Amino acid sequence: MDIFDKLKILTDAAKFDVACTSSGVDKSASPGGIGNAAACGICHSFAADGRCISLLKVLMTNVCVFDCKYCVNRRSNDTRRAMFTPRELAELTIQFYRRNYIEGLFLSSGVIKNPDYTCEQMTEALRILREDYGFSGYIHAKAIPGADPALISRLGFLADRMSVNIELPSQNSLELLAPDKSKHSILKPMGYIKNRISENSADLVRYRHAPRFAPAGQSTQMIIGATPETDFHILNLSENLYKKYGLKRVFFSAYIPVAENTLLPARDTKPPLLREHRLYQADWLLRFYGFSAGELLDEQHQNFDPVMDPKCNWALNHLELFPMEINRASYEELLRVPGIGVRSAKRIVRARRDGSLDFTVLKRLGVVLKRAQYFIVCGGRAAQGLRISHDSVLRSLLSERELNLYNFNRYPESEPEQLSLFGNSLNAQEELQKCLTGEM
Amino acid sequence: MPDGGNVAYYYDGSFDGMLCCVFESYAAKEIPDEILPPEALQATFLPAKAIVTDKMKAERVRKSIPEKMGAQAYDFIRHAFLTNIDGKEYRLLLFIRLGFKHGPKVMRMISEDAVYTLLKAVRHLNNESHLLKGFIRFSAFHGALVAEIEPKNIVLPLLAKHFRERFPGERFIIFDRTNDMALIYEPYRHRIIPASGVELPEPDEAEQKIRELWKLFYNTIEVEGRYNPKCRMSHMPKHYWKYMTEFETPGKPSPCRAGTLKNPSGLSLPAASEDNSEDNF
Repeated sequence: MDIFDKLKILTDAAKFDVACTSSGVDKSASPGGIGNAAACGICHSFAADGRCISLLKVLMTNVCVFDCKYCVNRRSNDTRRAMFTPRELAELTIQFYRRNYIEGLFLSSGVIKNPDYTCEQMTEALRILREDYGFSGYIHAKAIPGADPALISRLGFLADRMSVNIELPSQNSLELLAPDKSKHSILKPMGYIKNRISENSADLVRYRHAPRFAPAGQSTQMIIGATPETDFHILNLSENLYKKYGLKRVFFSAYIPVAENTLLPARDTKPPLLREHRLYQADWLLRFYGFSAGELLDEQHQNFDPVMDPKCNWALNHLELFPMEINRASYEELLRVPGIGVRSAKRIVRARRDGSLDFTVLKRLGVVLKRAQYFIVCGGRAAQGLRISHDSVLRSLLSERELNLYNFNRYPESEPEQLSLFGNSLNAQEELQKCLTGEM
Repeated sequence: MPDGGNVAYYYDGSFDGMLCCVFESYAAKEIPDEILPPEALQATFLPAKAIVTDKMKAERVRKSIPEKMGAQAYDFIRHAFLTNIDGKEYRLLLFIRLGFKHGPKVMRMISEDAVYTLLKAVRHLNNESHLLKGFIRFSAFHGALVAEIEPKNIVLPLLAKHFRERFPGERFIIFDRTNDMALIYEPYRHRIIPASGVELPEPDEAEQKIRELWKLFYNTIEVEGRYNPKCRMSHMPKHYWKYMTEFETPGKPSPCRAGTLKNPSGLSLPAASEDNSEDNF
């Protein structure tokens, strides 16, 4: 089997892994070596599905002793199998890296023979890269659940980021679909990595040249839509993972049917991309906007509204906090206004030291006024010519796609038509109106 | 603020030249309506004044900028000079005058059009250079790495540090086709030189193999069920595709130009050139 076949098979088998970030660590090449990394991360290309390509994302091998129902590489699947030799893989990485095709390597693997053997093969590939080629570029390595902690530790000193996939959002689903894995076998290496990272950061304080253990932290991912968990459950789970395991990222992957199984959604099910998108939006709110999972969803509202993004939805349910005075609101409060993000909130805080702000300046600071105008005032005044009608508000707060979805949900049979303030839609979606029209 | 003197300045296109225009504006107590680079020889209706670049004058302005408005503003001005917006020199003059008047605060005066326009332009420059750090594709010819780009701004000075740190032991050249410049690096020094009409040789077998492997990877990594060309386009606008290996059509290695580069590894820095270890632009 030549390198072309291997690359094709092992890329195809790795493509469902979501993480392709190269961020979180800043370094330059060691003397005589090659490669640096930028904390902000660099995307090298985008595939036709719109996902960033920054790492050479492949499996060491797609041979696997496990039989997880949702996975293309499961033992019972009849597919071609291949395996890179560690040197082959290192050589390919360097050749791609020199031409600036990639930012580094993302290495995962099926479990061949046993977890320890698999882990040793991966470690060897990384060792060749780091030691023989003096490669300082980015490496993301998957910890193989069940491998000896000493081996995982070795992997962690060679990689920049480590990850253990949590796969499915609950113990029940795991038992059902991944009989060889358990919550325990997944969380154990995750906890181990977390401890090593914090030990290592203590060492680094004492010895500046101590070897660094996974300096870009660890991440995980889970499949959305293969099992019945609600968004509320998933969001709470990710919040806990961020808190307990100090994860850098939790990735979500909309389930794409790869197998026919009565336990799984039917083969022709469309991947729940919009749901995945909403979860990511909420994830951002958790990480950068100071929201907690309990604020976005609760026992009564277990799933996100497909029509509206979580932040807008939150704002509409908390109209008592609005409109907000831009010149006085704290940074934390500003972050909660739809249309104001982390950057624009920071810019507002800095800019208003020199004098009070008006709407023209806000626009120049990067605030999306189209959305924000309903929730803010400048010097006690609302935006000029602000028309609060059902139609205009919907158009401002929803994207065209969301608007179509909204119309479709409301009147499934009729053609989409112009909404009118006095139409029968008025008492349909209470929140929207309440929000938008205030006392009307 | 002195009145517009209904006059246009011509300068030599260099940064020092631009600083001399600032000097002249103060010395003559006038604000020109336009500041034109030498290539803009089109007739202007205004009386033109040729500004001669004088190192001493430029130095005086250069020194006073960080003193009066902070190192950050000076850095900003250097970057703004690399952008491609219309009338950047005129806007820079207004910016510098504002800076002398208001001090470091000028950086935050976005309600001023001159400040806001330059701010946007610099943001565009930074974005473009950040994207190019990822989108540049090198090819190996005789052990040296060669790349081409067609940027909208002058990005080479901003890319130098990144690629030096990435490939310290390599020899590489990046050709900027828009501005006819090239960034040349050999361990451990780099230079930016004027360069035009250099054609790249055909890739050899080894190079072609790596390219094919990359295209194979690129096409395989896509998840068909998520096909979303619009999303790809918004992250990676089409004008970047021209020199990217993954979009190269078979048979035609790369779009062509005149001139020939026979042996790129033979292209070397002049012996006298000193080590530009600083981000010297």
